[in-house]
Amino acid sequence: MLEIKNLHARIGDAEILKGVTLTIPDGEIHAIMGPNGAGKSTLSYVLSGRDGYEVTEGEVLFNGENILEMEPEDRAAAGMFLAFQYPVELPGVGNANFLRTSLNAIRRKRGEEELDAVAFLKLARGAVKQLAMKEDFLKRNVNVGFSGGEKKRNEMLQMAILKPHLAILDETDSGLDIDALKIVAEGVNTLRDEKFSALVITHYQRLLDYIVPDMVHVLAGGKIVRSGPASLAQELEASGYAGLEAA
Amino acid sequence: MSMTTEATINELAAQKYKYGFTTDIEMEEFPKGLSTDIVRLISAKKGEPEWLLEWRLKAYAAWLKMEEPEWARIHHPPIDYDALYYYAAPAKAMPKSLDEVDPELLKTYEKLGIPLNERAALAGVAVDAVFDSVSVATTFRETLGKAGVIFCPISEAVREHPELVRKYLGSVVPAGDNYFAALNSAVFSDGSFVFIPKGVRCPMELSTYFRINARNTGQFERTLIIAEEGASVSYLEGCTAPMRDENQLHAAVVELVALDEAKIKYSTVQNWYPGDADGKGGIYNFVTKRGACRGRNSKISWTQVETGSAITWKYPSCILQGEGSVGEFYSVALTNNRQQADTGTKMIHIGKNTSSTIISKGISAGHSNNTYRGLVKIMPGASGARNFTQCDSLLIGDQCGAHTVPYIENRNASAKVEHEATTSKIAEDQLFYCRSRGLSEEDAVGLIVNGFCKDVLKELPMEFAVEAQKLLAVSLEGSVG
Repeated sequence: MLEIKNLHARIGDAEILKGVTLTIPDGEIHAIMGPNGAGKSTLSYVLSGRDGYEVTEGEVLFNGENILEMEPEDRAAAGMFLAFQYPVELPGVGNANFLRTSLNAIRRKRGEEELDAVAFLKLARGAVKQLAMKEDFLKRNVNVGFSGGEKKRNEMLQMAILKPHLAILDETDSGLDIDALKIVAEGVNTLRDEKFSALVITHYQRLLDYIVPDMVHVLAGGKIVRSGPASLAQELEASGYAGLEAA
Repeated sequence: MSMTTEATINELAAQKYKYGFTTDIEMEEFPKGLSTDIVRLISAKKGEPEWLLEWRLKAYAAWLKMEEPEWARIHHPPIDYDALYYYAAPAKAMPKSLDEVDPELLKTYEKLGIPLNERAALAGVAVDAVFDSVSVATTFRETLGKAGVIFCPISEAVREHPELVRKYLGSVVPAGDNYFAALNSAVFSDGSFVFIPKGVRCPMELSTYFRINARNTGQFERTLIIAEEGASVSYLEGCTAPMRDENQLHAAVVELVALDEAKIKYSTVQNWYPGDADGKGGIYNFVTKRGACRGRNSKISWTQVETGSAITWKYPSCILQGEGSVGEFYSVALTNNRQQADTGTKMIHIGKNTSSTIISKGISAGHSNNTYRGLVKIMPGASGARNFTQCDSLLIGDQCGAHTVPYIENRNASAKVEHEATTSKIAEDQLFYCRSRGLSEEDAVGLIVNGFCKDVLKELPMEFAVEAQKLLAVSLEGSVG
């Protein structure tokens, strides 16, 4: 369970998050929507521990543990996963090597046995197949020369292999065509169970046609200004965000 | 910081330079300082023939008239050549077989991960172990002998194969070639000799492991590798030294000769003691390495991973004389803390249709300075010559320097020379991306640096590529966070 309580955060002198409060119980998928500049990406970076964001007030508990003091890698080990809006290129680093290094780093921290090359490859090939990706995906360098859609699929591949308890999808749908969108949605939907939860950050409603959320929240001006069931997304699509920021 | 992270960092710190121990063994040393008497003493100790003594004395005379080169981007206090020992060797007589090697020495090499016991040795690799000024053991000599391969200490080659040594010694790097080569020619005490006869593919990897142990001692080894027509060999050298507060000089010379259709692959994993975080101590690694592709379609390939030494000054080069001969230089030079490296290559195209490839990856961290310096020279007769050069620099932090100094001299209009260069930093978003996937910051940097060096590391023999990857990660310890 993720509990965000009165979270305030700033970059330099600019306060971006001004008291976000939000609870995502296990097994639920919540969507955050909102206009540009509302603080959506900031929220995802603060949750995953990126440098440069200063939390001035509030707390974030993940399964009862305050994660704000934790390094990003320890949050990953605790079961958090951030799917990047702009996945980063790592020249010369093979995708399979990166995935296995990540998985084993996390397993090691959890006191689990590391996977050897054979066991890992079996796991990775299964995930590649499930996401309708070509097998040479594993041999290519991490995100180098990938199309926008391939990069997002690669995020889903990582998520499928690392099997997080909480996935944060930061506008993973941006720039995707409808086929890629379905693949991203499937990546999330296959993980859905009573222990998995997700925070889906999106500007548009269309992703939520495929990942049907339990709750939709509207983030505007650094605060959650409205929350409601899945139908709220359609409502917003019709009326737009205008008028919400003042609320 | 969690317990695990802390443990990882402590572990890394502890293994920062894990070869820094010393071996307590009775040594024989010649008096400090350099003179014709010392040169004569070294020659006499080795039981050398008159011609070699003359050669040494000529080199010494030439050295006296020379000045230390000043063109490299390196800085150090003047070296007091009279304060050095030029010969230091374990006092016990040279053993005749591996069973007779001093147990202390065996233990030392075992600790370094180089077991000299043939049963325990890395499969398929023969080792010549050089300890300070002398070779203390060479493994698998019998196996190699059956194939006609000679692999022995050069001092032994002088006695057993004088005609070969006399023919090739100094034929690639003349005694008066440069300041440090002249010094080496005067006082070299040992090193490895390799001869692969016509048509023979060397059945094992050959390697020399250099260890400096004694205090205030310079190591001046000389390596000579000859591959006759159609022969091929892969050779690897590794080096370590104890942690000491004073700087120590290592001035080696390596000569390679490849005849028609011969191939020599020479790989180096250089891990001399780099000095401490403040730049105290460490090895001055001033080395001359050159290969001559004398024969048609011959090939010489240099691969180096340079992570150690306080200062590295070396330019493994190829003289591409034979028609269609090929020269390659693959280099990773990593500097951290106060280390300085000025390294690169020279590709001299003389023959027709000769080609060369240069891939250089420089990584600078801490307060270090890292320079690539290279020359591609196409002589008028080298019609159809080709060169491709790629120099990439990676900066970690903002206190270090990366410099690229490529020289191109083209005197043949039909030649094709390409040069690409990039400089980049490890981006914050790359680090964060890796960490959000569970990697520690150190591991993330190691992964990114290894990716950056991939094109070079894949040229190393398999067993050593893994070691080199670990070494890169360890050498970067403390460069981030």
